[in-house]
Amino acid sequence: MMTSYLLRRINLLLVTLFILTIASYALAYLFPGEALQNLSGQLNPNDTTYAALSEKYAMDAHPIFGFFTYLGHLLHGDWGTSINSGKPVLDEILSHLPATLELSTYALFMSLLIGIPVGFWAGIRFHRSVDYAVMTGSVVGFSIPVFWLALILIMLFSLNLGLLPMSGRISLLFDIPERSGFIVLDILLSDVPNKREALYNAFLHMILPTLSITIVTSAVVMRITRRSVADVIQSDYIKAAIARGLSRTQALWRHGVRNALLPIMPQIVMQFTVLLTNAMIVELIFSWPGIGNWLLQAIYQRDYPAISGGMLAVSAVVIFFTLTMDVLVRALNPLKRRDVHGTI
Amino acid sequence: MAQSNFYQEGHYPSPFQQTWKEFRKSHIALFGLWIFICFVLILLFAPLIAPYSASGQDTEALLLPPAWDPSGTVVYLFGTDSLGRDMLSRVIYGSRTTLGISLLMVVMAMLIGFSIGAFAGMSKGLRASILNHLLDSIMSLPTLLIAIIIVAIVGTGLTNCMWAITLALIPQFIHLTRDLVRTEWHKEYVTAARLDGASKTRILFDSILPNMTERLVVAGTMALSTAILDISALGFLNLGAQAPVAELGTLLSEGLELAYIAPWTIAIPGAAILLMLMSVNLVGDGIRSALRYRLQQ
Repeated sequence: MMTSYLLRRINLLLVTLFILTIASYALAYLFPGEALQNLSGQLNPNDTTYAALSEKYAMDAHPIFGFFTYLGHLLHGDWGTSINSGKPVLDEILSHLPATLELSTYALFMSLLIGIPVGFWAGIRFHRSVDYAVMTGSVVGFSIPVFWLALILIMLFSLNLGLLPMSGRISLLFDIPERSGFIVLDILLSDVPNKREALYNAFLHMILPTLSITIVTSAVVMRITRRSVADVIQSDYIKAAIARGLSRTQALWRHGVRNALLPIMPQIVMQFTVLLTNAMIVELIFSWPGIGNWLLQAIYQRDYPAISGGMLAVSAVVIFFTLTMDVLVRALNPLKRRDVHGTI
Repeated sequence: MAQSNFYQEGHYPSPFQQTWKEFRKSHIALFGLWIFICFVLILLFAPLIAPYSASGQDTEALLLPPAWDPSGTVVYLFGTDSLGRDMLSRVIYGSRTTLGISLLMVVMAMLIGFSIGAFAGMSKGLRASILNHLLDSIMSLPTLLIAIIIVAIVGTGLTNCMWAITLALIPQFIHLTRDLVRTEWHKEYVTAARLDGASKTRILFDSILPNMTERLVVAGTMALSTAILDISALGFLNLGAQAPVAELGTLLSEGLELAYIAPWTIAIPGAAILLMLMSVNLVGDGIRSALRYRLQQ
């Protein structure tokens, strides 16, 4: 049962990725300008390079054949060159993506760390003052536009109080060689003399971007958790457990936590994609060198090879993540295992 | 019919009245509704409410602080921006653009999503399966991401943004409609109607639609809040409405350059977005919990 499910998911992943590459290839023709230029990123090539490129991307052949040639290049890691920087698109993506993943991971952890316990607390105190306070806070929290929140935080903590830095990942004073792309890991791997200061500095740079994403996401996590916990608490099996003589705490720990948290895992995991989009916007505000910032710059500069490559990379990451989580959730939650053909 | 004399006056409130009754009990939801009504009034009567035009410049009063600041004047309640335009009027016109466009997008997405979803809900087999898989992968992408990608393809601008967000909103309506139609289709009242010889269209509009209106409205409020957030985010990123158009996100990005000296040009449009989103979310929450209580009864 599980194997067939796994196969279905992998199949879905491959089909989706295939459709995405088709879209990315089609984009080269849909974007303004010449398709060859949009594919390769070579501006105004001379006759010999033009002929070579035309040969490379099989421009004269049927588009279907051209697509498979393009797919071959993609699989070999040749994603064209960025018009902006002149560097290969794949290298650019691989150097920017870790920064985004780093920021999103911290933000996700913080949101879960704040959102789940607070939501749990509100759920236990369903329709009491704590619950109302938490709910009010969370309605405000998830109504705040994240870009505005980031600006307000910058104005408050960087401009007025001067406590925290407002842009970048680390002060320019530190020269950290890029290895993994994850700043904390890079600092630990590097052999700069003042590692401790560098780590502290990187930490200070992280606070504001992480905080602005966390506030929005944890509000949503809080609501989801609270709803589920409130439902579980009113359920018959908790009542039965209490009637058998368990204390409220015991009943909650033994039967409540697992039953309340497991069904909402998919919903909470889905928040990651929203979080990633928020991170992309926040990156622009904090000049965080991540994929969102890079992709938006590419859009402003009409750097078409970069746009289609970035689109492909971001959607591939999101889809890969959701499908993996889907499988994980199913493996963890026995209730979900039965309906393989069920609704989504 | 065990409770036939439950209402002594013999008056049975319709489902909508019951929902409204439940909705009214929540003060905070009513509060949200009032704010939302205010925004709708602004949407309808912006030229009458706004003291100045959105683009009228007063070169005598550049970057004037709001009225509560010691150096502000009450002539310009929310101050002026770097070109001497009245912030209050710009926020009013901006709210009008943002809310109006968002409403339009949600209605369009709802109509298209409902038609496709109803079709998918009533059909079986391969077609439905393909749609399922497609929806599966599209729904996992956040609307803003889809919108950014579409805007990257078709180019920046308000109209392109509208199409992009509408397209991005459609899948959730398809999903909802398909699920609802599919569950209702096997219920007995639909079978009864089918036995009476009602056509598929007739069953859909006369039997199923009345039972799903409220769910659609709840989904609509959620989509509205997404739409407002997305359109202002795209405006803020300079991908949506361009500079002279007063749109809340665009107002924010205009204020960005002078945020040091004129923080109110950022604070006020953002607060307007926050208030708008909050009212929509409160109303949505209110309807949802009202529905839940009604269905529990």
